[in-house]
Amino acid sequence: MKQFRRMTYPYIVWALILIVAPLLLIVLYAFTTKGNDVVTTKFTFDNFVRFFSDTLFLKVLIRSLRVAAITTLACLLLGYYPAYYIARCSETFKMKWVLIITFPTWINLLVRTYAWIGILQDDGIINTMLGWIGLGPFKMMYTEFAVILGMIYNFIPFMILQIYTSLTKMDMSLLEASSDLGADKFQSFLRVTLPLSLPGIISGITLVFLPAVSSFCIPNMLGGGQYMLVGNVIEQYFLSSGDWNFGSAISMIMAVIIILSMYITKKVDVTEKGEAKRA
Amino acid sequence: MKQKKRILGGFLMFLLVIFLYAPIVYTVVFSFNNTNSLTRFGGFSTRWFEKMASNDTMINGIIYTIVIAVIATFVSTVVGTLTAIGLSKSNRILRNCVEQVNQLPMMNPDIVTAIGLLMFFSALHIEKGFLTLLLAHIMFCIPYVILSIMPKLRSLDPNLAEAAMDLGATPIRALVQVIIPQVMPGIISGALIAFTMSFDDFVISYFATGNGVNNISIVVYTMRKRTNPSINALSTVVIVLITTGLILYNVFSAIGQRRREKEEARLRAQAQD
Repeated sequence: MKQFRRMTYPYIVWALILIVAPLLLIVLYAFTTKGNDVVTTKFTFDNFVRFFSDTLFLKVLIRSLRVAAITTLACLLLGYYPAYYIARCSETFKMKWVLIITFPTWINLLVRTYAWIGILQDDGIINTMLGWIGLGPFKMMYTEFAVILGMIYNFIPFMILQIYTSLTKMDMSLLEASSDLGADKFQSFLRVTLPLSLPGIISGITLVFLPAVSSFCIPNMLGGGQYMLVGNVIEQYFLSSGDWNFGSAISMIMAVIIILSMYITKKVDVTEKGEAKRA
Repeated sequence: MKQKKRILGGFLMFLLVIFLYAPIVYTVVFSFNNTNSLTRFGGFSTRWFEKMASNDTMINGIIYTIVIAVIATFVSTVVGTLTAIGLSKSNRILRNCVEQVNQLPMMNPDIVTAIGLLMFFSALHIEKGFLTLLLAHIMFCIPYVILSIMPKLRSLDPNLAEAAMDLGATPIRALVQVIIPQVMPGIISGALIAFTMSFDDFVISYFATGNGVNNISIVVYTMRKRTNPSINALSTVVIVLITTGLILYNVFSAIGQRRREKEEARLRAQAQD
């Protein structure tokens, strides 16, 4: 099978050049200072010290984590019931629902986010409708509320689909068994349905948290130019101020935080599974 | 009691559908608005479509998006398929290494991949534009193609290619006539994922392009500040394109399914004779 094995060589070279090398460049830039095209090889921690000693950057980082956490939690709470509902439909309806939930995600994220500007504006559709019943107008555009709403809107389908996938694998007779054994509806949900859907919840959390923490177009479009998340700061350092070294350091910090949080989530998943097996 | 619960459940799902589709409906409706307000509908007109059609940036955005998506899909599908087949015949260490490297662009936030490419292109003094945009798109599409073909290859009999070659087929013929048809569903879904990833991408494109080569996402992003209903017209074009694509795909796969079923029935009938 040597002939076939050789077919991987071009891609290995390609991947080393276009996937691995750029990531190494980020690390290299993060640990050096000054010079965009000419890389100085003077190793330094200055960029990281600068980030962690400036309360402004720490504030942005904490805000990003908070916004991403709220978005993820909201997607989980709002998405769980629909996933459960779809999983209990008949086969034909299941497929239809999955199509309905998936369809918006096929449309460009920018296009979908732009639509919210007109809806949330001071004289937008929501405020016009609230006006009919004598409420408002509320300021929604260019607030954190708009940013979180935009993120929930864009990412909730991923959460629903992940939970649905794990729920649809569940054996429904388990619920009958638990009610035969004397559990009420709530207990059955807590002890049977919820643990069984945990893998879906975990992968749903990763699929929402990851893009939410690093997004920069949603905060920019719905939060306004003054509203900054980590992604916006990185964008500025690369495209406006041109300090690539510091920008690289920030993205490295963000990547490490994301990898750590995913590692912890996975660990929780594994221990939960282990405990379930033991029980 | 049960009836009530079902109605409540249906109502909640109805709210979800409204939440998911209101912005899309809003966009389409207001792209036919006669005034330039983003919030008040002042009668039907197609003036924003005319304005879009005369706007070079927007038209070029649509063309670039489609051209890049088509080329990136083609290249990444071919390379991804060959690589996946090669990997399935390689030893486990190499396979694991490539799979791990493929994970990087899929797991890393887009913005990290994007700035890496930006610095990489400038370190090599490659001028940012069509070529860099295309390279970037091929780069993030290939891992998805490989990922969607690998499971199909795993369930394939490993001796199949060898059997074909024992029967006198050249390696290329064994590849084209035996292995590839067997993993075709994986290749097609890989190509579809690659196309939509490329068509929808914003972050990586935004950092990897230059010289006025913009895709639809970048056009929307750079024009967002001014009140400009022709963005709604552009959005409507995107929505219509994607909806048509999805409908065509579903119709064709339904037809293919029926044809396959018929073929199978015919073969079964022949076998019985």
